[in-house]
Amino acid sequence: MTDAVHNQLARVVRENASQLAASLIHVTGDFATAEDLVQDAVLAALRHWPADGIPERPDSWLFTVARRRGLDVLRREHNYVTKLAQLQCPVQQEPDERLRLIFTCCHPALPRQAQIALTLRVVCGLTTPQIARAFLVHETTMAQRITRAKQKIKEAEIPYRIPDDDELGPRLTEVLAVIYLLFNEGYLSTAERAQARDLVDDAEWLASLLHELMPSEPEVAGLLALIRLHRARAAARFDRNGHLVLLQDQDRSLWDREAIDKAGQVLARAAKQQRPGPYQLQAAIVACHADARCWQDTDWEQIVLLYDMLLHLAPSPVTHLHRAIALRYRSGPQAAMSELDTLASELDRYHLYHATRADLWRGLGRPDEALAADRRALELTANPAEQAVLQQRISGTYREEPCD
Amino acid sequence: MKYVLLFVETEQFTSDMAAMSPSERERAYDRVNEWFANHADKLRSGSKLKPPETATTVRLDRGEPVITDGPFVEGKEVVSGYVEIEVADLDEALQAAKTWPGCPVVEVRPIAFEPV
Repeated sequence: MTDAVHNQLARVVRENASQLAASLIHVTGDFATAEDLVQDAVLAALRHWPADGIPERPDSWLFTVARRRGLDVLRREHNYVTKLAQLQCPVQQEPDERLRLIFTCCHPALPRQAQIALTLRVVCGLTTPQIARAFLVHETTMAQRITRAKQKIKEAEIPYRIPDDDELGPRLTEVLAVIYLLFNEGYLSTAERAQARDLVDDAEWLASLLHELMPSEPEVAGLLALIRLHRARAAARFDRNGHLVLLQDQDRSLWDREAIDKAGQVLARAAKQQRPGPYQLQAAIVACHADARCWQDTDWEQIVLLYDMLLHLAPSPVTHLHRAIALRYRSGPQAAMSELDTLASELDRYHLYHATRADLWRGLGRPDEALAADRRALELTANPAEQAVLQQRISGTYREEPCD
Repeated sequence: MKYVLLFVETEQFTSDMAAMSPSERERAYDRVNEWFANHADKLRSGSKLKPPETATTVRLDRGEPVITDGPFVEGKEVVSGYVEIEVADLDEALQAAKTWPGCPVVEVRPIAFEPV
């Protein structure tokens, strides 16, 4: 299968699977059964479509398979059969149906890994083997994880609904966390894990679906902008040999200006509501980088300020580390190093902490300490792309791009 | 749907309670009573248990019943009571658990079936 066919297939399945799942749950009232029927239909599509071509009406194709299978499986359960028989294609539904689906998959009573797997399967229409490959987990392990989650939904009666206003905030945070994790999983993956890279598409699609369904939630817009801003720089992130290129050394002419502008507009509209949140702030930081003509033109003053706001809303040692990196360019390596010293106990096992120290030691003219810190960082990361950069730095072969 | 809320006390909670002045303790009890009043329409039954030192465990999987002193798991977190509630779904049960003003941990478990 060529990449183009693969991507098209993934897109068509994504656009249709969750619609179908939502309608089936609506008529049968049974999350687990409906979900199984959709999965069967998706598997059939992935078997037939690559050879036969994607049908003109993929929605009715999937619908027909799911309904036929449903009538088959549920023959004994008269109630379902009657309901399924009433189901018409194209499926009619309110926009809320898919929101219900998303909130149920990301219910806080389910473990995070299961929320992720269920969302991919139910909302994005991924198959269990695809999810297992993306997360480098054995297929049976992933299948068990999904089965257990569906059983818990059924046995503990996790409701299929959109949370009430008073719990919407924390529940939405949960959904956004799932999408953001998916994005990171794909974004940080490398050639060795090509399967995981598709997760970036899924994450962006989920964020844009959620934005469409909840247009007045600024944090949803913030996450969508954040994902799109990162993606707009994708072409510059790896060099011709597949090596990771750090932000400061990226060829900025490869960035997708149009995508950056559009994401900036999404973010600006969200900011008008004056309800800042961690995703909007992170997107604003990425936007600051995206707006700079070259690394030296970066508005560090503004970035440090945004990190201060971010730390205020969502304190975390990793955010603190990123603030220290920005501080280096505003106030010099010594100021940044003093900040880092306060994080030693929390981040000693985090590779970026040591990689950052290495950079600062170099800035302070202390190559021996820099080398030791790079070596420590190398010990702590399992990401091949990051390992490569660190190895190049240790051997003195990493090339920095000058600003023109 | 019926659920049991299992109330779990921690060592910290027990020592905090012990350190309270009589009036503080009275206020704490008032908050718990208020919770019971607010949830009266959902509550079916429940009990506060005596401390774990009073527990005796009987094991029936060793041939003869084996009787030992103490709760079945020795730990820093111990079940101290329970209530049974009847609500529409897990979200409603969680809502009740989230507002519980007593001990710091609540396990929410659906009831499978009850003895006839």
